[in-house]
Amino acid sequence: MNQTTANPFQPPRNALSLRREIATILVVVVSGLFALLAVAFLFYLIGYVTQQGSAYLNLDFFTQTPAPIGGTGGGVVTAIVGSVLVVALASLIGIPLGLLTGIYLSEIGRGAFASSIRFLVDMLTGIPSIIFGLFIWILVVVPSHSFSGIAGGLALAIIMIPTVTRTSEEVLRLVPHELREASAALGATPSHTILRVVLPAARNGIVTGIFLAIARVAGETAPLLMTAFGTVFFNTNLARPIDMLPLRIFNFTLSPYDTQIHQAYTGSFVLMLLVILASLAIRWATGGFSRQA
Amino acid sequence: MAFLASTVATATQQRGRLWWNQVRLLAKRPGDLAFRTVTLVAVWIVLLVVVGVASVLLINSWPTIQAFGLSYLTNEAFDPIHDVYGVRPALFGTFVTSAFALLFAVPLGVGTALFLIEFCPRVLRGPLAFLIDALAAIPSVVIGLWGFLAFAPWLQKSGEPWLEQHLGWLPFFQGTPHGLGLLAAGCILTVMILPIMTSISREVLSTVPVEQREGLLALGATRWEVIRTVLLPYGRVGIMGAAILALGRALGETIAVTLVIGNQAAPPSANLFNTGYTLASVIANQFGEATPGLFIAAVLEAGLLLLLITLITNILARLLIARLGRQSVRGGLV
Repeated sequence: MNQTTANPFQPPRNALSLRREIATILVVVVSGLFALLAVAFLFYLIGYVTQQGSAYLNLDFFTQTPAPIGGTGGGVVTAIVGSVLVVALASLIGIPLGLLTGIYLSEIGRGAFASSIRFLVDMLTGIPSIIFGLFIWILVVVPSHSFSGIAGGLALAIIMIPTVTRTSEEVLRLVPHELREASAALGATPSHTILRVVLPAARNGIVTGIFLAIARVAGETAPLLMTAFGTVFFNTNLARPIDMLPLRIFNFTLSPYDTQIHQAYTGSFVLMLLVILASLAIRWATGGFSRQA
Repeated sequence: MAFLASTVATATQQRGRLWWNQVRLLAKRPGDLAFRTVTLVAVWIVLLVVVGVASVLLINSWPTIQAFGLSYLTNEAFDPIHDVYGVRPALFGTFVTSAFALLFAVPLGVGTALFLIEFCPRVLRGPLAFLIDALAAIPSVVIGLWGFLAFAPWLQKSGEPWLEQHLGWLPFFQGTPHGLGLLAAGCILTVMILPIMTSISREVLSTVPVEQREGLLALGATRWEVIRTVLLPYGRVGIMGAAILALGRALGETIAVTLVIGNQAAPPSANLFNTGYTLASVIANQFGEATPGLFIAAVLEAGLLLLLITLITNILARLLIARLGRQSVRGGLV
């Protein structure tokens, strides 16, 4: 009698099925722990830097030049101004090059040449940034006998290119073909179609890619060691060594003086805040959190 | 024969005319011509940069390549006094720290990816993935600062003594705890390559056809059996690609590693407490003192070596990932 009420498709409960279920639960728990571990570390790191860094965050930090060695107080206005200048220079060179290459790959280039360019751009992403530092060092710094902001900007520009190229190529490909055909049917020339129809349609994605590239190079340190080099003096001349925030953090981290170590923390806090805000903004611009990316 | 020759001639002529027509068309629209030229110039600049990086490094490191040949790989240190240069400790440190990082980042990354794809509640999926990607966005100098000022001192005071006490029978955890060293660098690299490992594994695993998973579930398989018999075998090649791509990142990471690895060569041993060098940290440490001549060339050869190694790993990784036949898996945006 009991047989009729039970679900006939229900597999019998025995030791084997118990083992299978336990295995699944185990995997859920372990993989969940792994995911939790990564997120916990992120929060710990943010908390640690915030706790150590925010205590010394004051107006002086943004407006004063570094205190003399061993002294107290002072700020890193030199590094902030330098960072803005050098990153601006890098953007001025890297964004047009990256964007035009992206347009070429998506709209103009065909065949083996375009594929090999795409391959090279992909390779560019994988090359460690210090290699570009070495490249600019030997090409620009050594012959001119001086570290300089220009050299730093050039090295960062190379690092920006693949990010901008890849994102712009990808979003340009997402623009529907009908738009291009309609534009051509109305008598627009190819360049008109690209500049007036395709690019505006892909604007948001392209801007996102540009911000991504800027955010990435704003925290870059390794290639700057051998190009921009850093200085404790206020300098806006790009032909001379110039200070930058990541460089200042790096130098102050290794410093024996408490004031400088505090400022390294504060600098890290500011840099991290900027990067997190930037990635939140990018995330928000590309469709929010609900969409699974 | 004459017929064949004339056909070929006509074909060539036609192709020539086609090409000429195109030029005439473009000439009629100077805007198009200018635009095409501008984009092509940009493309050529990018091409020149990539080729330039490799050739500039090769040309400028030629003196040491000639002077030392393969012994550059086995010589012990940068010794400007005797003018002898080598990267044996750096190669050793690079591979030990990267292998250590991979050993932990691969299971952690794949596990996290599996959790995000299979088990995570849909609401949490987006934010969790975002947070893990955010870890990749943190500048390496900030991670280096944490490693140098917080993690390494902790390792020296409690982490390494604990390891020696409990796992001291292994050859890896012996001797004086320095804090700074290969172990610290390996741990930092693990954290730094975890995001890319996770995000690419996730992309790879999400290419598994839904029908296969649903089919197996309908047959009564548990989630774990689906993972074991469908997801992992299907994604194996892609996960290998992800691991190699992550390896490329680990090999080239400079600032964070330079801060925590100690930058002092120790005799080769399996001991992870030892300080060491990586190729990237040698470059960061030595370029400032490099004097013209063999010294500069030696620094550049270290760069060339690093470039070659990362190029090979990247090409390998892309070949493996491309075997999945999906364009969108190109290494993520991070």
